[in-house]
Amino acid sequence: METSPARDLEFEGPASPVRRRNRVKLLALREDIPRSVYLLAGTGFIAAVLVAWSIATYGGYISDLFLPTPTAIIDEGVRQYERGILVQDARASIYRIVVGWFIATLCAVPIGVLMGNFKLIEGLLEPFIDLVRYMPVVALVPLTILWAGIGDEQKFLILFIGTFFQEVLLIMDNVKTVPHDLIRVGYTLGLSRFEILRDIILPASLPGVWDTFRITLGWTWTYLVVAELVAARDGLGRRIMEAQRYLATEQIIFGIIFIGFLGLVTDYFFKITGTYLFKWTKER
Amino acid sequence: MEQSKVAVRRLSHWFGTPRSGLMVLDDVSLSLAQNEFVSVVGTSGCGKSTLLNIIAGLIDPVAGDVLVDGGPVTGPGRDRGVVFQTYTLFPWMPVRKNVEFALKKSGFTKKEKQALVAHYIETVGLKGFENAYPNQLSGGMRQRVAIARALVYNPAVLLMDEPFGALDAQTRGMMQELLLRVWEEHRITVMFITHDVDEAIFMSDRVLVMTARPGKIKQEFAVDLPRPRRYEIMTSPEFVALKHAIVETIREETLKSMALVNGGMLPGAGG
Ligand SMILES: Nc1ncnc2c1ncn2[C@@H]1O[C@H](COP(=O)(O)OP(=O)(O)OP(=O)(O)O)[C@@H](O)[C@H]1O
Ligand SMILES: [Mg+2]
Repeated sequence: METSPARDLEFEGPASPVRRRNRVKLLALREDIPRSVYLLAGTGFIAAVLVAWSIATYGGYISDLFLPTPTAIIDEGVRQYERGILVQDARASIYRIVVGWFIATLCAVPIGVLMGNFKLIEGLLEPFIDLVRYMPVVALVPLTILWAGIGDEQKFLILFIGTFFQEVLLIMDNVKTVPHDLIRVGYTLGLSRFEILRDIILPASLPGVWDTFRITLGWTWTYLVVAELVAARDGLGRRIMEAQRYLATEQIIFGIIFIGFLGLVTDYFFKITGTYLFKWTKER
Repeated sequence: MEQSKVAVRRLSHWFGTPRSGLMVLDDVSLSLAQNEFVSVVGTSGCGKSTLLNIIAGLIDPVAGDVLVDGGPVTGPGRDRGVVFQTYTLFPWMPVRKNVEFALKKSGFTKKEKQALVAHYIETVGLKGFENAYPNQLSGGMRQRVAIARALVYNPAVLLMDEPFGALDAQTRGMMQELLLRVWEEHRITVMFITHDVDEAIFMSDRVLVMTARPGKIKQEFAVDLPRPRRYEIMTSPEFVALKHAIVETIREETLKSMALVNGGMLPGAGG
């Protein structure tokens, strides 16, 4: 007996897997999507913002005072570059960022590692760190001037305060994510506590620590304007504060975008070096 | 009587303070003879891992003591190798380095170490994977590396905490046969924790069943099946009868612990 449902089934059998394979699930939970789509989405969004900005400004819907045109911003960048201001500012700021972040990191890593491993030290320091962590850094500017003067040391100090107290807690958490059983393996192999710390806990927490470096360097960038708020002759943050006085909006926006750009570059530096250094963390 | 390899005497342990704490082990005594393969089974949370960690020297018991070769255990030591339930390979090291790490504290020369490492990697059937990283290995392969790492420094006692718990049935069967082969070859004393009764009987000379928390040894079953054992043995009448008896014993305890949780609402508790 020949029934049509049977024939339908036979016909649909091979057809449906083909259709399934072609269906790209862009919104599947935590699934990978094609790389091209991923990149297109990111660049597309930035392009969309640029288009909206262009329409609003070239179309004359928004006054130059509030939002200059994209070309005005580019012109401002070219002007600063040609007059040598841009390089001078960038050099001064990058120097402060690097030194401030480096000192903060140099302190945060050993202290964070100790806090993550020894409950006593965590108990000793965490309440204090939590307290300082919530103090507004801007409000500390006058004090830092009192303590460190008006030179670069004061900028380092602001960047240090803004970075260290967050970073040390993140490092502590990185260390704590090392599974307890890995530490126990060390004990069963007869290692001393110091050897376990050096040969197991540190390497195991390194990928997380590297990511903390990436995140905290980003935060250091966000404190740049605060650091250069007072008594700075040059610097990208300083330029923005100065522009505010003259209502030079294109200068402000250019400065913001440029800082954002530099931050992005450092971010990608850690991201790329991280995926290269820690290939072993990727689960197939 | 011959001195036992490992002896646990009147061991009690609780976490937290005696008053508000959680009693986990209550007066546990057991012993493992030289070269004996003993399994410990019991309901989840009855204190099996705690018992193993105490024998390994990773936890200080509140009362009682553990003797190895008649001497008291005061901490972890290289006379006892441990394979944990979780994957504990160092992910930043390739297989060879993972195994070699266990020889850090040994007096061997570089050459001797390499030879030992190569031998044990081959023993667990991972020749050719020396340079693979753990993230490139399947779960079964990872546990085999962990076993190689626990054997390479030649401990007299091997303590295993549900080492195959996370593996699928097929892989598990292969790992059991592999472990038995290794054990028959090296003749070490093994304490093997599992909640798989088939696995316990198949591998062991004796199976100890623990009570629900606080754990004690409820009953002991000798497994008088001939060795070397093949997988077919699991359908033999002796095996099936033994399994029935052990499962019944564990079931009583499971019901008891559930009845406790449910405030005695469950019927059939205690049996
Ligand atoms: N460090 C600890 N602090 C407090 N309680 C603990 C600690 N370790 C274990 N426990 C508790 O002790 C009890 C026994 O734990 P244990 O891990 O020994 O059980 P188990 O028999 O190995 O269970 P499973 O079969 O699930 O692995 C559990 O109730 C557990 O919650
Ligand atoms: Mg357990």
